[in-house]
Amino acid sequence: MSEMLLEVQGLRAAHGQLVAVRDLGFSIARGEVVALIGANGAGKTTLLRCLAGVHPTAAGRVTLAGQDITALLAHQRVRRGLAMVPEGRRLFDDMSVRENLRVAGDHGRAGEWTLPRVLEALPALPPIIDRPAGALSGGQRQAAAIGRALMTNPDVLLLDEVSLGLSPLAVEEVYRNLAALAGRTSLLLVEQDLSRAMAFADRVLCLREGRIVLQGPAQSLTREAVTAAYFGVEFDVEAERPMETQP
Amino acid sequence: MNTPKHFGLAVAAVLLLACVPAFAGASVVDKLTTLFIYMLLATTWNLMAGYAGLVSVGQQAFFGLGGYFALRLVDGGLPAYPALLAGALGAALLAWVLSFYVLRLKDGEFAIGTWVVAEVIRILVMLDPLIQGETGTSLIALNAVEPELRRSIGYWFALAALAGMALAMAVLLRSHVGTAAKAIGDDDEAAASLGVRVLRTRQVIYVLAALGAALAGVAWLASAITFLPRTNFGVQWSVLMLFMVLVGGLRSGSGPYIGALLLFALQELMGDFGAWYLAGLGAAAAGCALFLPQGLWGALSPRLSRLFARPHVSSSVSIPQERTVP
Amino acid sequence: MTEALIQGLLLGGFYAILAAGLSLMFGVMRIINLAHGDLAIVGAFGVIALTERTGLSPWLALALVLPVMALVGIALQRWLFARTLRAGILLPLLVTFGLGAVLQNTLYGAFGSEARSLGSALGDLAWASWELPGGIVVGQLPVITFVIAVAVLGALQLLLNHTRLGRAIRAAASDPEAAALCGVDAHRVHRAAAAIAVALAGLAGALLAMQATVEPYGGPTLLIQAFEAVVIGGIGSLWGTLLGGVLLGVAQSLGALWSPQGFQLAGHLLFLAVLGARLWRNHRHQLGRPALPAWRHPRAARKAVRA
Repeated sequence: MSEMLLEVQGLRAAHGQLVAVRDLGFSIARGEVVALIGANGAGKTTLLRCLAGVHPTAAGRVTLAGQDITALLAHQRVRRGLAMVPEGRRLFDDMSVRENLRVAGDHGRAGEWTLPRVLEALPALPPIIDRPAGALSGGQRQAAAIGRALMTNPDVLLLDEVSLGLSPLAVEEVYRNLAALAGRTSLLLVEQDLSRAMAFADRVLCLREGRIVLQGPAQSLTREAVTAAYFGVEFDVEAERPMETQP
Repeated sequence: MNTPKHFGLAVAAVLLLACVPAFAGASVVDKLTTLFIYMLLATTWNLMAGYAGLVSVGQQAFFGLGGYFALRLVDGGLPAYPALLAGALGAALLAWVLSFYVLRLKDGEFAIGTWVVAEVIRILVMLDPLIQGETGTSLIALNAVEPELRRSIGYWFALAALAGMALAMAVLLRSHVGTAAKAIGDDDEAAASLGVRVLRTRQVIYVLAALGAALAGVAWLASAITFLPRTNFGVQWSVLMLFMVLVGGLRSGSGPYIGALLLFALQELMGDFGAWYLAGLGAAAAGCALFLPQGLWGALSPRLSRLFARPHVSSSVSIPQERTVP
Repeated sequence: MTEALIQGLLLGGFYAILAAGLSLMFGVMRIINLAHGDLAIVGAFGVIALTERTGLSPWLALALVLPVMALVGIALQRWLFARTLRAGILLPLLVTFGLGAVLQNTLYGAFGSEARSLGSALGDLAWASWELPGGIVVGQLPVITFVIAVAVLGALQLLLNHTRLGRAIRAAASDPEAAALCGVDAHRVHRAAAAIAVALAGLAGALLAMQATVEPYGGPTLLIQAFEAVVIGGIGSLWGTLLGGVLLGVAQSLGALWSPQGFQLAGHLLFLAVLGARLWRNHRHQLGRPALPAWRHPRAARKAVRA
């Protein structure tokens, strides 16, 4: 009986003829924070979308709390406790923040994350609660999107491009909010900022060309190793520096 | 219709068909005329919808307008046959004028907008005392021509119109307008960003399609002689065009011809346009749209070409199965 | 003339009910249902057939037919419309146009070509009227229709704004994928929207049969009028649809004063004019200019010269 909350085996996904994710396998424990890094086009967003159920998988298995959810549609996965904050936030622009949260609350799972609790955890929200989502700033949208996902009471929360397009202050705020979740909710977040990813996460997964090329506890990975994996340079572990290129 | 061989076959077919009135009976000539009119309507609707992505439910406007202008010109003193041709050209001219407005509409707005424009034209035409409202009128001048000659001329007119349109469309689709049209049909914003002149390209196609519909309309008038607004401006023509193109195969070269043949055959079998028959047409069109997007021709032609295929040496170059995202 | 205005206003109520369903389907599923008018006629004939066979009052028959229409909507959505959603805008237009042809000709085959009405079943109500100050006479049925329209639109607005289903519908209309990520089952939402839309069409059809006549091929005319009302009032707003319906009705009634064909013609011309004005305004916005050229605003022109 695995204690892993989310398990992925042999995942494969494509965009038409282009394979974006190939034979991917990893797992996430309950309460663990995993950072997903990689260059643009490495397959990070595709992986998250496959896990969330909005992108078709060509092969592989996804298991949540021991149950196979590979065949489930996105809204069914939400009801099992897997939620995603998508790239671009995708708020319902014509609806107020309150209504955005209530939609998720209506159709997600019941649990500790009620509207009052979410507003308490995300202090940026109460002042803008009745404003239309289309009229928010970048940081506010991010907070609202996270709040919306929380309303479904997820066990696993996927976050795509956490700090993209946000000011440094806003990024600080986001990570403060996420810190409150760590330990209770498993987080899989895509982050372009390498140092922040390694500082915040328990474990780091580096993707390149649809494959995991490096993974391990954030503390024990050196920046050099991660950078090498990120850019696809061979790394000499003992010498702790990139290998000389072959003539 | 890709090779010179195909072109030669087409020319031979047209010449052969042109000889038909010499030895065939009246009913055969009439039926073939009707078939040519169906084909004309099908190919022009396919041009708009299949190649330029313009779903118009208002082509019947030009079908009726060609006849109306012809009637007006005859009333003004022009001889019958030149009037018919001029009427069709006049309808195409009006299409050009309308295109500045109509082609700025999108998708659903365009579909219903063209329908509304057709209705407006129908109402305005019915207000003309010459047409006498619902009663309609007749191209009496044609009665002066001897029936067999009239029938033959009507036949040749329809055949010439069809051949001419087919030629014009083949030339057009091979030209830069044709490639532009296909690009627009796929994604008009992307095409515009590449410098494709979207409006001009659409205009050419719209006007050509209107000309085709108008020629079909005057050919119809030449053989039916009577002009009834409800019939000549009726939206059932659009139902027929929809059926022929969808069942035959949207976007394919031969699809509309197959669809027209099928419609013609069905009409012969069913006698006349009864209600269940039209219902069946609608259902068949919808069914093909959903399940057979390539139409009958698209579904059958790979099988047919396999039947007639000659063995060939396979290429030794292997194509990689997948490429990674860069 | 005043009577024509009032008649047009009340006619607007009918158009609003007819258009609301079309607008809902477009807003949620991005489908323009070209068979919408034909579905209204189906509803009308359903009520007519029920009243004729069983002798029930038309209102009771209507109450029975509406749930059936809702079920028809669910069935159509599940087996027809849902399949068209996968491929562009062309497919729904083609399929719904074909569906319309099927419905029209099936009705013709089943009921024949003659126009029918519920007027006889309604008894006195069919021609009862009230007299307003100033000697103006208004039919009771048109007023009842208008009241029903306001009630229906109000109920729909309440549904969309204050219920779970309504929020789900608006979410799915705004961003279907994001809605799925919130746990909203898009298929169920679409079926609910289709059920409401087709039931509204049936209601409109029955109300039409009460005040006038319906015939199997009358669907396309209704579709065009519904679409015109939506466009004139502005796509995306329920109360806008009522306004659009009223403007359409008024234009038509005024047109009818001029000639019998003026009724339809005036409506079409208003529609084309409003559409044209919107196109013009969008065109100017794209060029970065105000909707009207500077010479119409002498103050603006003087400002521009000074700058």
